[in-house]
Amino acid sequence: MTKKSFWNRLVHTSLFLPVVCLIAVLLINLIQTPTFFKVSINNGVLYGYIIDIINRGSELVILAVGMTLVTAASGGQDISVGAIMAVAAAICCQLLSGGKVSTNTLAMPIFIAALVGILAAGLCGAFNGLLVAKFKIQPMVATLILFTAGRGIAQLVTKGQITYVRVPAYKVLGGYIGKCPVPTPVFVAILTVIVMQLILKKTALGLYIESVGINGSASRLVGLNSTLLKFISYVICGLLAGLAGIVASSRIYSADANNIGLNMEMDAILAVALGGNNLGGGKFNMMGSIIGAYTIQALTTSLYAMNVSADQLPVYKAIVVVVIVVIQSPVFRKKIAGLSKRKAVA
Amino acid sequence: MAKKAKLSKTSFLLLITILMFAVMYIAGMIIFNDRGFARPQMFLNLFISNAGLIVIACGLTIVMITGGIDISVGSVTALVCMSSADIMQNKGMSAYAALILSLVIGLLFGLVQGYLVTYLKIQPFIITLAGMFFGRGLTAVISTDMIAIKNKTFLAWANEKMYLPFGYTNRHGVTINSYIYPTVVVALVVVILITLMLHFTKFGRALYAIGGNEQSAVMMGLNVNRTKMKAYVLDGFLAGLGGFLFCLNSCAGFVEQAKGLEMDAISAAVIGGTLLSGGVGTVFGTLFGVLIKGTIASLITTQGTLSSWWVRIVLSIMLCFFIVLQALIGSVGLKDKKEKKEKKGKAAAA
Amino acid sequence: MDRDVILEMKNITKTFPGVKSLSDVNFTLRQGEIHALMGENGAGKSTLIKVLTGVYDLEAGTIIMDGKNIVNHSPEEAQKNGISTVYQEVNLCPNLTVKENLFIGREPRKGRMIDWKEVKKRSADLLKELEIDADPDQMLGDCSLAVQQMIAIARAVDMQCKVLILDEPTSSLDDEEVEKLFRLMRMLRDKDVGIIFVTHFLEQVYAVCDRITVLRNGELVGEYKAAELPRVQLVAKMLGKNLDDLADIKSGHEGHIDMDAPAVIEADGLGHSGTIHPFDLTIHKGEVIGLTGLLGSGRSEMVRCIYGADKADQGELKVDGKPVKINKPLDAMHLGMAYLPEDRKKDGIIDELSVRENIIIALQAKKGMFHLMSRKEMEEAADKFIDLLEIKTADRETPVKSLSGGNQQKVIIARWLLTNPEYLILDEPTRGIDIGTKTEIQKLVLDLADQGKAITFISSEIEEMLRTCSRMEVLRDGSKVGELTGDQLNQADIMKTIAGGDEGGEK
Repeated sequence: MTKKSFWNRLVHTSLFLPVVCLIAVLLINLIQTPTFFKVSINNGVLYGYIIDIINRGSELVILAVGMTLVTAASGGQDISVGAIMAVAAAICCQLLSGGKVSTNTLAMPIFIAALVGILAAGLCGAFNGLLVAKFKIQPMVATLILFTAGRGIAQLVTKGQITYVRVPAYKVLGGYIGKCPVPTPVFVAILTVIVMQLILKKTALGLYIESVGINGSASRLVGLNSTLLKFISYVICGLLAGLAGIVASSRIYSADANNIGLNMEMDAILAVALGGNNLGGGKFNMMGSIIGAYTIQALTTSLYAMNVSADQLPVYKAIVVVVIVVIQSPVFRKKIAGLSKRKAVA
Repeated sequence: MAKKAKLSKTSFLLLITILMFAVMYIAGMIIFNDRGFARPQMFLNLFISNAGLIVIACGLTIVMITGGIDISVGSVTALVCMSSADIMQNKGMSAYAALILSLVIGLLFGLVQGYLVTYLKIQPFIITLAGMFFGRGLTAVISTDMIAIKNKTFLAWANEKMYLPFGYTNRHGVTINSYIYPTVVVALVVVILITLMLHFTKFGRALYAIGGNEQSAVMMGLNVNRTKMKAYVLDGFLAGLGGFLFCLNSCAGFVEQAKGLEMDAISAAVIGGTLLSGGVGTVFGTLFGVLIKGTIASLITTQGTLSSWWVRIVLSIMLCFFIVLQALIGSVGLKDKKEKKEKKGKAAAA
Repeated sequence: MDRDVILEMKNITKTFPGVKSLSDVNFTLRQGEIHALMGENGAGKSTLIKVLTGVYDLEAGTIIMDGKNIVNHSPEEAQKNGISTVYQEVNLCPNLTVKENLFIGREPRKGRMIDWKEVKKRSADLLKELEIDADPDQMLGDCSLAVQQMIAIARAVDMQCKVLILDEPTSSLDDEEVEKLFRLMRMLRDKDVGIIFVTHFLEQVYAVCDRITVLRNGELVGEYKAAELPRVQLVAKMLGKNLDDLADIKSGHEGHIDMDAPAVIEADGLGHSGTIHPFDLTIHKGEVIGLTGLLGSGRSEMVRCIYGADKADQGELKVDGKPVKINKPLDAMHLGMAYLPEDRKKDGIIDELSVRENIIIALQAKKGMFHLMSRKEMEEAADKFIDLLEIKTADRETPVKSLSGGNQQKVIIARWLLTNPEYLILDEPTRGIDIGTKTEIQKLVLDLADQGKAITFISSEIEEMLRTCSRMEVLRDGSKVGELTGDQLNQADIMKTIAGGDEGGEK
C-alpha cells in the first residue's frame, strides 16, 4: 500500500517522464557502447560521448528555454527558431567580416557584432509576437513565415555564400576558453539557464505567463496584460534563438545560412514535450525542458553512433513526437482508460 | 445596398489577388518586353513550372477550408520524387509503378495524419510538422545522393510537348507555336474536378460547413469526423499526385527537393482568398495564388541579378500582408456586429 | 380546451458528481402551444432541455412522445424523433448561403450532384411560406441575427419537427426583431407545432406564451396558464417565495445607511453600449449595495462596466471624488477596486495553479512584474486567508481545481481581500455553494462593510440580499429601473420593481 503510494507519487512528479526518458536513452547507449560514460582528457580537453552530448546539446537547451515560455503563454510553438539562428549567425559573421566572404581580421569587436545579431533575432521574435499576440494568428502559421523566409533573409545577408571568420577569437564561444578543458557552449547554456531561473525567481514573469496560458479571461480580470505577455515570450524566444545561432556559428567559425539550426525547431519542440509540458500551454516545467533537451541530444548522438546520417535523423524524431503527442492527447487517454476498464470488468 | 457591400467582402480578397496578378504580369510584360516576357509561352510557362504546385495547393485548400492545415506537402513531394527515381533507376521498375507508388505514399500520409487529427483530436500543425520531418528524413533514408531519372516512358511523359494553335511570330516571320506539357493538363483537370466537387457534392459543401462552424455542422447532422478524414486523405492523395507532376518537371530526386513548398502552397491558398480560420476558399483563387508565385519567380529570374531567395521573401511578405488583411477584415466584421448592438441599445432606450 | 399532449417528460432526474441538477421533474407539452420554461440560473432549465435532446443521458424518468417511449442519445437522434432545438448562438454556418443552411446535409440531388436549382426553389418556397424576409442566395452571416434565428427555425420546421425548442433565442435581438420572431412562432403554433420557449424576459413570456412551467433548484415549482399567473407571482415562484409569506420576512440586518459618509464610487451616466444603458450610481464608504434583477437584466454588466472589464464608452466615473478613466481592470485595481466575477470557472479561478498562486495573483499583478513577492510573503498571505476564511484544502500548494466550488470561491475572495480594496464587487459569490459557506460569506460581507469598505453585492436570492444590503438597485433589460431603501427593502416591493408593468398577469 505505502509502496504503491510512493510509486504513485514518484510517477506524478513533474520530472518523472523526462528523467525516465533520459535514463532510458543513456542505458541503451551504455549497452550499445560500453565506453559510453568514459571521460578522458585528450590534448588538454575533456573527451567522451557524454561530454559530446552535453557540449552539442547546448544550443538545444538555449532554444528549449525560449520554446517553453512560448508554448506556455500561447499554447503554440515557434517553428522559426532554426531560421532565426541562421539569421543571427549571418548578420554577426557579415559584420565581423566587413561584408567579405572570408576574413582573417575582425571588422568590429566580436561582442558588438554578436549583440547586433542577437538583437536582430529579437526583432524576428517581435515580428512573430506581433502576429500571434496582436493579430491573433495561430502561432504556427505566424512563425511559418519566418521558418521559410528566415533562411532566405540569411542567404541575402551572406550573399548566398558561406561567410568564414577565420579568427581564433571567434572560435572561443563554440570552442574552448584558453586552457579550460570544458567546452564554452556548456557555460553559455548553463549561464542562460541560470539567468532564466533568476528571471523566473526574481520577477513574476513565470507566474504571469502560466496564468495567461491557463485562463486568459481570468488573467485579464486580475490585471494581467495577456497580449503583452505573449509578445514578450516571443521576443525572449527570438533573442535566445539568436544566442544559439551565434554559438552554432562560432563552432564552425562561419555562417552557413542553409545549415545553421537546421531541424532544430523540431528538436526544441520535442524537448519541451519530453519535458512533460503540455503543448497546449499553461503550466510549464523549465527543468523538464532542459532535461528533455539533453535527452534529445543523447538520442541524436546515439543515432549518429548507429550510423544514421544527419539527414535521416528526423524520421526517428518525428516518430517520437507523434508518440508523445498521442500519449498526451486526452482522447487517447480516455480510450486507453476505457479499454482497461473493460478489461477489469471482464 | 448592404447586401452588395457584404458580397464584395467575401470576394474582396480574391479580387485583390486577381488584380494584383494582372498588374504584376502586365508590368512584367512592359518592363521585360525585350526579354520575351510578353510572349504567350511565358504565360504558359507559369503553368508548366508550377503544375505540381497547383495540384498540391488544391489539396491544401481543401484541408484549409475545414480549418485545418498540412505542412508536410513539401516533404511528401521530396519523398515521392526520390522514391520514384529510386524504383525506376535502381529497381528497374516502370514509370507506371512509380506513379502508383507516388499516389500510395500520398494516401498513406493522408490516412495517418487524418486519423491523428480527426479521431485523436491532435493539432493538425504538430502532426503535419512531424509528417514534414518524417517525409524529409525518409527521403534521406532512400538516398542522400541525387538520382536523375532516365526511364524512357517517364521522360516521354515529361517531354511530350502539346502544341497549341497559337504562338509567337519571330523576326523572320516564322510562327513558333506555344506548347504545354501533359502535366499542365493534369493540373487543370484537377482544378476543374475539385471545383465541381466543392460546389456540387455533399462532401464539398460539408467541408465549408465544418470550416464555418464545426459545432453547427455536428448539430446539422453532418458526419464531421468522416468528412475531415476524407479531406486529409484527399489532400494526401493530391500531394502524392502533385509530387509526381513535380517530379516530371525536375526529372530527379534529391533530399533538398521542394524545400519550402508547403509555404508556397499555403501562400497560394491564402493569397487566393482561403481563410486561415477556415470556411472560405476556392481552388480557382488558389490557382491565381500559384500564378502570382510563378510570376514573382519569373520576374526575378528574368531580371537576372536578384538572388532566387527573393522569391520566397517576396512571397512571405505577401502572405503576411494577406494574413493581416484577413485579420483586419475579420475584426471589421466584428465591428459591424458591435455597431448593430449599439443601434439595438439605442432603439431599446428610445 | 386542452389539445393533445405530444410530449411528456415524467420524473426526470439528473445528477452530476455531487450535485442533483434535476430531481423528479415533470413537463408536459401539448400540440400547438407555446410553453415557457422559466427559472433562474441553476434552476435546471438547460439541463432539462439537454436531457430531452440527448446531449445528456437520461438517468431516471421517462420521455413519452406521441404515446411512445423514446430515449435520445444525441441531438441528431432527437431530430429524427421530431425534436429540434434552436439556440441563442445560432447553430448554422455564417459562411454559407441561406438556401444552403436550410438544406445542408439533405440537399436534393440529381445523380451525384447537388441540384442547386431545386435547392433554391424549395428554399424560396419555404421562406415565403414562413414569411421570412431573406434572399436564398444571401450569405447567412450577412443576415440579421433575428433572420438567422428564423432560418434555423425554418430548417427545423422543414425537417418535420413536432417539438421545437427555442433556447433563449431573443437574448440578442431588438424589439422589432423579437416581434418578427413571435409572428413566426405564432404561425407555427397554428400549424400544430409544440414550442418550448426558454427565456428570462418576462414581457416576452406574457406576449407569446400559453403556458408556463417554472423550475427552481432542479425541482418543479409548477405548471401554470400564462393568463392566470400574475407577473409578480411568477417572479415570486422563480425566486422561491410565496407572495403571502413575504410580508413576514424582515431584513435580518439593521441596514444602516450613512448618506453622509464619503462617496467611494460615483457613476454619472456611465454605460457600455450593447450591454448596459447609461446609469447613475453612488456608493458610500461602509455601505453594502445590492444589485438585483433577473438574469440578463444587466446587473453583471453594470459592475463589469465600473470595473473596466467592459470599458465604459460613455459617462463619467469618480472614485473618492476624483474623476478617473478606467481602461482596463488593472486601472480599477490601482484605484482600490476588486471584482469577484459571476462565472467562477471561466473568469475566476486559474485552475491549474495552486491555491497559493491563485490567492496572491491579483496582488502580484498590482505590484508589477518586477516586484515579485517573496516566497515567505506569499505563503504567509495564503496561510492567513486559508485560516481566516477556513478554506478546506490539503495544503496551499494544491491545485485550485481540486477544491470544491465553495472553497474555490473563498480562494477568489481571499485573492481580492489580499489587495486590501476600498471597493469590493461580489457578483454571485454564493452561487452553487453549500449553505454553511453561504452564511459565512454573508457574514464576511457585513464585517467588511463595518470595516469601512464599500461593497456591491449581486445575488439571485433576494433573501440573501435583504440580509446583507442596505440599499438595492433594481435593473431590468439593461437599465436601472429603481432604487429601494429603508422600508422598501422587502421582498414584495423588490419583486414588483423587478417585474415592472403588469399588463400580462393580474387583471
